[in-house]
Amino acid sequence: MSDFDSNKKSEKVLALLHDDCRRSLEQMATMLDMPMTEVAEIIDNMEADGIILGYGAHINWDKAYGSDAVAAYIELRVTPQRNRGFDRIAERIYQFPEVKAVNLMSGSYDFGITVQGKDIREISLFVSEHLAPMESVVGTATHFVLKRYKYDGIVCCKPSKDEREVMSL
Amino acid sequence: MSLDFKKLMNNTASSIPPSGIRKFFDIAAEMEDAISLGVGEPDFVTPWHIRDEGIYSLEKGMTYYTSNSGLKELREEICNYLNRRFSLKYEAKSQVLVTVGGSEAIDLCIRSLVQPGDEVIIPEPSFVCYKPIAQLAGGVPVTIETKAENNFRLTADELKAAITPKTKLLVLPFPNNPTGGVMDKQDLEEIAEVLKDTNVLVLSDEIYAELTYGDKRHFSIAQIPDMYERTILVSGFSKAFAMTGWRLGYACAHPELIKIMTKVHQFAIMSAPTTAQFAAIEAMRNGDEDIEMMRSEYDMRRHVMVKGFNDMGLDCFEPLGAFYTFPSIKSTGLSSDEFCERCLREKKVAVIPGTAFGECGEGFIRCSYAYSIDSINEALNRIEAFVKHR
Repeated sequence: MSDFDSNKKSEKVLALLHDDCRRSLEQMATMLDMPMTEVAEIIDNMEADGIILGYGAHINWDKAYGSDAVAAYIELRVTPQRNRGFDRIAERIYQFPEVKAVNLMSGSYDFGITVQGKDIREISLFVSEHLAPMESVVGTATHFVLKRYKYDGIVCCKPSKDEREVMSL
Repeated sequence: MSLDFKKLMNNTASSIPPSGIRKFFDIAAEMEDAISLGVGEPDFVTPWHIRDEGIYSLEKGMTYYTSNSGLKELREEICNYLNRRFSLKYEAKSQVLVTVGGSEAIDLCIRSLVQPGDEVIIPEPSFVCYKPIAQLAGGVPVTIETKAENNFRLTADELKAAITPKTKLLVLPFPNNPTGGVMDKQDLEEIAEVLKDTNVLVLSDEIYAELTYGDKRHFSIAQIPDMYERTILVSGFSKAFAMTGWRLGYACAHPELIKIMTKVHQFAIMSAPTTAQFAAIEAMRNGDEDIEMMRSEYDMRRHVMVKGFNDMGLDCFEPLGAFYTFPSIKSTGLSSDEFCERCLREKKVAVIPGTAFGECGEGFIRCSYAYSIDSINEALNRIEAFVKHR
């Protein structure tokens, strides 16, 4: 099997897992018209390679926590460290459990950080006491999330009802 | 004075039986927790960039009629698309007519060609409209039963036996609703061999052309040089681009045929919906990836459904086109109607009896896989329970 075919199959397995990771191996094998052992091997390899980092649900946190749940997107400007660039700073930032995502960005700031907390005060304290005082950080801008419409490819308030009407065809 | 409507009605229209598809839907609609595998339209929403172009055309105030034949730009894009996807060459100005769905194109084609007494050959099981339209035109439908052992294809021998001096038109509904059967290049070349020395025209309904599975892509009979001139290719946007509600299709054929069809269209319909035509230009230009995404999704569901039916002991032919499976329910000893009715009443799953698509559909049911995997799994579980404990 060529690398192209192998990558194509891996992509399909990933798409299925991302869509619903509760699917059985048998179901995925049937959907992809592949032997179950092959699907299992692909998944094992992707887990070993760190492509699959874990399995979880897509959660609408706004609904789960109600109005108490607060998320913020923080723009962080930093001075990269000699010989270590941005990686060392990122490693320090992602250790905090409040930090849900860290991305190195192009453009007017360096890191885009998603933080989650139980209220605005908790996030504000986190920024002022943990992020801003870090020696490499030269500036922050905090944007609180007011409402989540789409997250990780999934629309948060997606109607689930089948709206198709009766039709003779 | 009260009018006797029965006497006033057109006899032919009155005598045509209603479609057998709706019956079970209507019952299912009244049931709590009923699952349907009956709907024959994509469960995808029209891709956003296509919808956006429709909206943009409204914002710009493009709310007028288009020309009877359809927007020139759209007809040109249809030609580009057919050339790109199926190596078919048509001239936008004289060979393309934009219609209200593929259904209108079928209606126009039959009404423009068929005179009283003309025979129209229709392979069955097939989509429900060909026979009634032929009858309304005064034509005589001649059905040919396609068989599971022939992968629900029309064979050259069967066609040869059905052709008479009165035969005007052959309907080729492939990829097929409801069987999922397809005709490949070799099959169509054999059909062409039968037709080449006749005056029989071909209405090739290729609305499911983009939904084929396996190694071979759809092949149109119009790609065969001898057949190009005599073929009226009918297709549309509903299935490939999930645009059912936009009501847009087209017919491509010899200029003489398109001229007459356009005349009927202009008197009956005027022109196809303008907003839909602007959206369709975007679909033709930038919709290839959407087709592939939906096709790939249908393909996965197809595997699940075919395996599900075979595992529960209902022989299911592997469909290579459209989005339907057509399993045999003969092993249950029930008629198609009984199976569907009991399955709905006892397990709350709506499927369509094969007989809705011709009498020869007896012993089969049509199940659409234009549903989520979760719905398909649940429906299969219920049907299996019904089959086991009936």
